[in-house]
Amino acid sequence: MDFLRPGTWEEALAAKAEHPSAVPLAGGTDVMVEINFDHRRPEYLLDLNRIGDLYEWEVGERDVRLGASVPYTRIMENLRGPLPGLALAAHTVGSPQIRNRGSVGGNLGAASPAGDSHPALLAAGAEVEAESVRGTRLIPVERFYTGVKRNALEPDELIRAVRVRKADGPQQFAKVGTRNAMVIAVCAFGLALHPRARAVRTGIGSAAPTPLRARAAEEFLDAALAEGGFWDSGRDLPPSLVRQFGELAAGSCNPIDDVRGSARYRRHAVGVMARRTLGWAWDAYRGSERTTRCA
Amino acid sequence: MRVNCTVNGRPREADDVWEGESLLYVLRERLGLPGSKNACEQGECGSCTVRLDGELVCACLVAAGQAEGREVVTVEGLAELAAQRAPDAGAAGDQGRDGAQTAGLSPVQRAFVDAGAVQCGFCTPGLLVAADDLLARVPDPSDADIREALSGNLCRCTGYEKILDAVRLAAARAGETV
Repeated sequence: MDFLRPGTWEEALAAKAEHPSAVPLAGGTDVMVEINFDHRRPEYLLDLNRIGDLYEWEVGERDVRLGASVPYTRIMENLRGPLPGLALAAHTVGSPQIRNRGSVGGNLGAASPAGDSHPALLAAGAEVEAESVRGTRLIPVERFYTGVKRNALEPDELIRAVRVRKADGPQQFAKVGTRNAMVIAVCAFGLALHPRARAVRTGIGSAAPTPLRARAAEEFLDAALAEGGFWDSGRDLPPSLVRQFGELAAGSCNPIDDVRGSARYRRHAVGVMARRTLGWAWDAYRGSERTTRCA
Repeated sequence: MRVNCTVNGRPREADDVWEGESLLYVLRERLGLPGSKNACEQGECGSCTVRLDGELVCACLVAAGQAEGREVVTVEGLAELAAQRAPDAGAAGDQGRDGAQTAGLSPVQRAFVDAGAVQCGFCTPGLLVAADDLLARVPDPSDADIREALSGNLCRCTGYEKILDAVRLAAARAGETV
């Protein structure tokens, strides 16, 4: 095994071009586990810890450009305003020790369907900035996940950053597990209201081979909210509407039975989380609507 | 490969390090610092918790090469770290409630002894490093703060109540001296 230690992003891209089999290593919270357990013996480890650019973020007009290695702790501390869904998801990752090392770039690189940041990214809207010596491309996050632990990166590409849409409305995240800390999701659900576009977006985690949006549920809710004039009135959502949203979200799942939970349970739980997150987010939206109207 | 880093304030060098080796292995097997414990090797149990450039991390998930040029503090360095933070307090030579010899212990370590927070002792080093980090950041933590801060450290003796007591005790003692 060789340990490659690029000092700059350009050196990292050159190393990855020269050794496409090199495994990128940042926080080590996935890769080191595989090495410790002898599940993986890469020819090259590509250490990205020395590349300061990857630990920085920029809050722009439309997006937050989040460096691939920004630890979850920093997201919780600094980006709760523009990225509330991702900050909530970050708070459910592992433990303080893991959140100090783990990052969204690592979650995307590993592309596990159970990665905590995926539902939040899908709901907010995001693009993965993939770069190689050949150039940069932006991959919409819903097209980034291609299979169980597979992503759309070419062998010579590295994740430079993820561009996450800044929130323009309430966002929520829910996750099912056996305790509040150190839990790999049995399943998870992210939801974002986008009042400007009058749209709702969702993300399902750990209930299909890849993280995915509950498209049918989103389309149903977008139409129902428009038809009922709910965005303007800020009225309570009828229980039947919320229930159907949950059922459609559960219907988007394609889960498996495994040690963490059965497929049937996962489908059920996703429906429950969809209902609850919609309720919480809508309450927050109504609250803010009322405040602006009174003011 | 060779790895150079600062451990508990002293420059250290480890030779013949395998590229896939963890910082934990280097500390225990190459540098003679067995305080950090090796249990789960997957970041679940927290018994290998150390500080890396001041950040709380699981040493089992840090590749040895990633520690090159960095500063590591292990449980063996906690007393010295505490002494640096509060030079007047003097960690050396003081005695615990029961008169036990607790020379050279940091306030958090002393509180663990006094509160009876050590059973088999295997999880203790990781908990000490995590608790020390909490109290350095949050001098007067709520119970929720303590639970959150220690959520990545497992105690298989399930002695959590005494551990919580110890952290509360350390915080209260620090509050008295201010």
